[in-house]
Amino acid sequence: MIRSALLIAKKDLYSELKTKQVLATMIIFAGLVILVFSFAFDPANNTTKAVIPGVIWVIIVFSGILGLNRSFISEQRNDTMQGLMIAPMDASSIFLGKFLANFSMMLVVELVSLPFLFLLFDFQMYGGFGYLILVLMIGSFGFISIGTFLAALAANSKSSEMLLPLLLFPVTSPILIGAVQATKIILTNIEKLSSAMAWIQLISAYDVIFFVLCFILIENVLEV
Amino acid sequence: MSANLEREKGALSSSEPVAEKGILVPKILFGATVISILASIYLIFIYSSIEKTMGVVQKIFYYHVASAWCTFLAFFVTFIFSILFLAKRKRIFDTYAYVSAEIGVVFTTIVLTTGPIWAKSSWNTWWAWEPRLTTTLILWFIYMAYIMIRQMDGVWDKKARLASVFGIIGFIDVPIVFFAIRWWQSKFHPIVFGNGPSQKGGGIEPDMLVALLVSITALTLLYSYLLQKGVTLENMRIKVTQYKEKLREDLEN
Repeated sequence: MIRSALLIAKKDLYSELKTKQVLATMIIFAGLVILVFSFAFDPANNTTKAVIPGVIWVIIVFSGILGLNRSFISEQRNDTMQGLMIAPMDASSIFLGKFLANFSMMLVVELVSLPFLFLLFDFQMYGGFGYLILVLMIGSFGFISIGTFLAALAANSKSSEMLLPLLLFPVTSPILIGAVQATKIILTNIEKLSSAMAWIQLISAYDVIFFVLCFILIENVLEV
Repeated sequence: MSANLEREKGALSSSEPVAEKGILVPKILFGATVISILASIYLIFIYSSIEKTMGVVQKIFYYHVASAWCTFLAFFVTFIFSILFLAKRKRIFDTYAYVSAEIGVVFTTIVLTTGPIWAKSSWNTWWAWEPRLTTTLILWFIYMAYIMIRQMDGVWDKKARLASVFGIIGFIDVPIVFFAIRWWQSKFHPIVFGNGPSQKGGGIEPDMLVALLVSITALTLLYSYLLQKGVTLENMRIKVTQYKEKLREDLEN
């Protein structure tokens, strides 16, 4: 199962590397979000610091949606989805493969856009770099895993680009609340690390529950 | 064009399942609903005492809580029937899940309307971004999304499958709504039953408890009546679609 999942992830990333379509769109979109936020909140103002944790997650969520939308729609053009489904492997390995591809693309986007955000907003970080990475990792993990699952679900609809955000945002909202709170604590007052850890535990619990649930239920979504 | 037409699988069942029971059950439910709602109105406005600090406004509490209870019940029924559908693949389970979700959204809307009315007079604000309110709102959005999945185009069994999956995923949110008060330590909602965090407890007068229990029963009966009616209606709709399909086939041949 792991092998075929890795194969699918490799296929997706390889075709992405050839076209660079989705990744470029995601990164440019992330840049545009930063630009829009610089208009909305004056970067010279000191209170802007308070919104930075929120901006980080807005970038992740919105550029993530773009990538997630493509991940199953792109399989539709030549009906390759049908091919994947009748291939001799579990539906869960399709899910795992797609998840790995989306997750690695998401990490690339974060790696590029977040340093830019800190740079452009002239944000001084007070330690806790490792914790920030941890929050980003588990937050994106949960978001992308449910996102991949719901993208597979929404891909059955003709208007899946419109349907996916409606499905995804309410379901992932607890993760987003927790992630924003934890990021805020880590970036602004690291002394309250214990409450940040409580939020991190909450997100991890979510991640585990939903990942297992998606794993079980994907059989019913990807049915020929 | 005919490629887009929805082909209903399975021929019409020749047997007509209209038994005595099929007519009697909704009648009993209807009568019980009317009687219990009237009784609850009497208990709320005349029998139960007026709350000390909030005054008459507190009366909205009975239907607010009862609707919240019905919301949970409705979504729980959707959850159960979603699992049943995925296991057994019978259309009737899917119909129950769908109708129950629709009623659940209506009750959530009632909760979200009576809540602010009450909040305005007791907390002096229409809305507070307090965990329980927020999660109820999220719950409402989740089940709106569920209904959106139902509105998708395609054959019914695909829609039913996807909606069941989403019904299960969405229901995971319900316990969070219920336990939110303990997880996030809210400051607004009192814990009415049990001792509460301070071990003093909000407490509830016995006559108020009677009124509350009767209104919960009334709305639960209303819910089951609506569910029964909705399922009957949905079954009729399915039958009409099948007849139309049959007619079309007859015309083609």
